[in-house]
Amino acid sequence: MKIDLNYICLVLGMGFVTYLSRMLPATLLSKQEIPKVFVKFLNFVPAAVLSALLFPGVLMTENKLNIGFSNPLLIAAVLTFPLAYKTKNMFATVLLGMGIVILYNYFI
Amino acid sequence: MHKKEEFLFAIKRVFPIVMGYLPVGFALGVMAADSGFSPMQMGLMSLFVYAGSAQFIAVDMLGSGTSAIPIIITTFLVNLRHFLFSASLAPYFREIKQSLIPLISFFITDETFAVSITDAEQRPLSHIYYFSLYITAYSCWVLSTIIGTTLGNLIPDTKALGFDFALPGMFLALLCMQFKNARFILIALISGLLSIFFIHIIPGNWNVILATVIAAAIGVLIDEN
Repeated sequence: MKIDLNYICLVLGMGFVTYLSRMLPATLLSKQEIPKVFVKFLNFVPAAVLSALLFPGVLMTENKLNIGFSNPLLIAAVLTFPLAYKTKNMFATVLLGMGIVILYNYFI
Repeated sequence: MHKKEEFLFAIKRVFPIVMGYLPVGFALGVMAADSGFSPMQMGLMSLFVYAGSAQFIAVDMLGSGTSAIPIIITTFLVNLRHFLFSASLAPYFREIKQSLIPLISFFITDETFAVSITDAEQRPLSHIYYFSLYITAYSCWVLSTIIGTTLGNLIPDTKALGFDFALPGMFLALLCMQFKNARFILIALISGLLSIFFIHIIPGNWNVILATVIAAAIGVLIDEN
């Protein structure tokens, strides 16, 4: 494949539609009062988003549910949860989890 | 915070994102090289689009000969979830220069949103923080996809090194920071289970946005004050 006008238009189009949903709410809502009920809703968004990303990430392997000892990411998530909950330390959680996955891949 | 302090804080916070983006960017590049992409083409897409899952889908669709319009529509739908991220950041963006918001919001992704909303809840942040965190993550993404496409299958398997856990581990720690009371734990549990449920019944990355909207709406309903 070569970089031609069609390809440039494609990536510009993809970039534009993506940019719209990234830019519009931040730009418009930062200028005006947000209705109270919507503020409450937005309060729950980070917890809900993080969980919606985390669950498939650690409970599924290659688009299939994988709950058990054959899933190193799930084992790492379960073992690092107490550390994450107690310390809220992102750095330590990621490093410990990666260490667990390395050990798992080495021994099992 | 002092400017330099804020910069260093952002660099510290971006670390897990970098660890997570490198292997995913490599993997995307390798896949793109297999479908006939040049490093330059991949780099252009990463520069303009900067969205992992949408780029995987686009590379796959282009490889199978899909035309531009369906790819752009799919990209729009897959990336609609950024609407929620952008809206959630809006109250915190009030503290930064208004003319910078259209520029800063270009860099909102799942990962940069997750880290920056958590930090913004804890302390006031200026554009120094956002630019430092966002542009580091962005450069890392663009470069890793270009390197992946250039080296193709020469890239070693990063799975054995545990890189797979970088992003889930980051989401886990950030999620724990959101547990302000039992209600938030309940909402997180509902959202996680809904996300898995929707992956199985609706194709095309709708799980995150649907699970989030439903779970956060339940949160509003059970919020007594």
